[in-house]
Amino acid sequence: MNPEESFLKDLLEGLKKNEERYGYPSCPCRLASGNFEFDKDIICPCDYRDPDVEEFGTCYCGLYVRKDVFEGKVPPVSIPERRPQEKQMRAYAMPEETPSSVPSSTAGITAKPVKSELKLWYCKQCGYVVFREEPPYICPICKAKREFFAEIRIGTHTLG
Amino acid sequence: MNVVAVPGEMKDHKVLVYALSTCVWCKRTKEFLKDRKVHYEYVDVDLASPEDRKRIEDDLRRLNCYSYPAVLIDDRRLIVGFKLDDLKEALELR
Repeated sequence: MNPEESFLKDLLEGLKKNEERYGYPSCPCRLASGNFEFDKDIICPCDYRDPDVEEFGTCYCGLYVRKDVFEGKVPPVSIPERRPQEKQMRAYAMPEETPSSVPSSTAGITAKPVKSELKLWYCKQCGYVVFREEPPYICPICKAKREFFAEIRIGTHTLG
Repeated sequence: MNVVAVPGEMKDHKVLVYALSTCVWCKRTKEFLKDRKVHYEYVDVDLASPEDRKRIEDDLRRLNCYSYPAVLIDDRRLIVGFKLDDLKEALELR
């Protein structure tokens, strides 16, 4: 996590505030819609954390940092937003509208959440299982690298 | 609209900051501007009333920007994110 104490304190307070008002710890640096389905990807830790930490050294809000940033070798910086714009725009439906009643005039916003291809991945070293688009960069349990993850495919066979 | 004005000596440019009350980068941007005595206004979008939200959303849609902080300078230049160098250059600060 971010090594700077005041930064970390402010971030955690922002997360706490979001948890109080939305019911879940939505990213403090992104505008949440208040609708769980629309905000799933930005609930901390967000879906964008891993590629952002790897590429830029910090996640979007600066809470999670890469090892060299943590060690103070590289300063945390404000990074570009990786979240697709159509998902960002979902926070901008009028508060009283439900997902199904979003008017069609708002171009680019779909009423249904965009379905990304989620897969089951397991760590061959320890068996940890995760349901995401891509396997994690590092296993949170045994610290095995991404290459240790394999996809679990569920198939059906008829017997007899 | 509920825009908060933060007084400052440097009034050469019109500065409006779209921010979130929970975002640390937004806080840093506001602190930087205040520190440099730049006269600016800000609006915490997450705290805005529904009526204000509608107006803000129209602005953001026109700017095609949905990230924070977004600093609008002189109604024509938009700096997104905590970008000190860009801010200094746009506001002609050292």
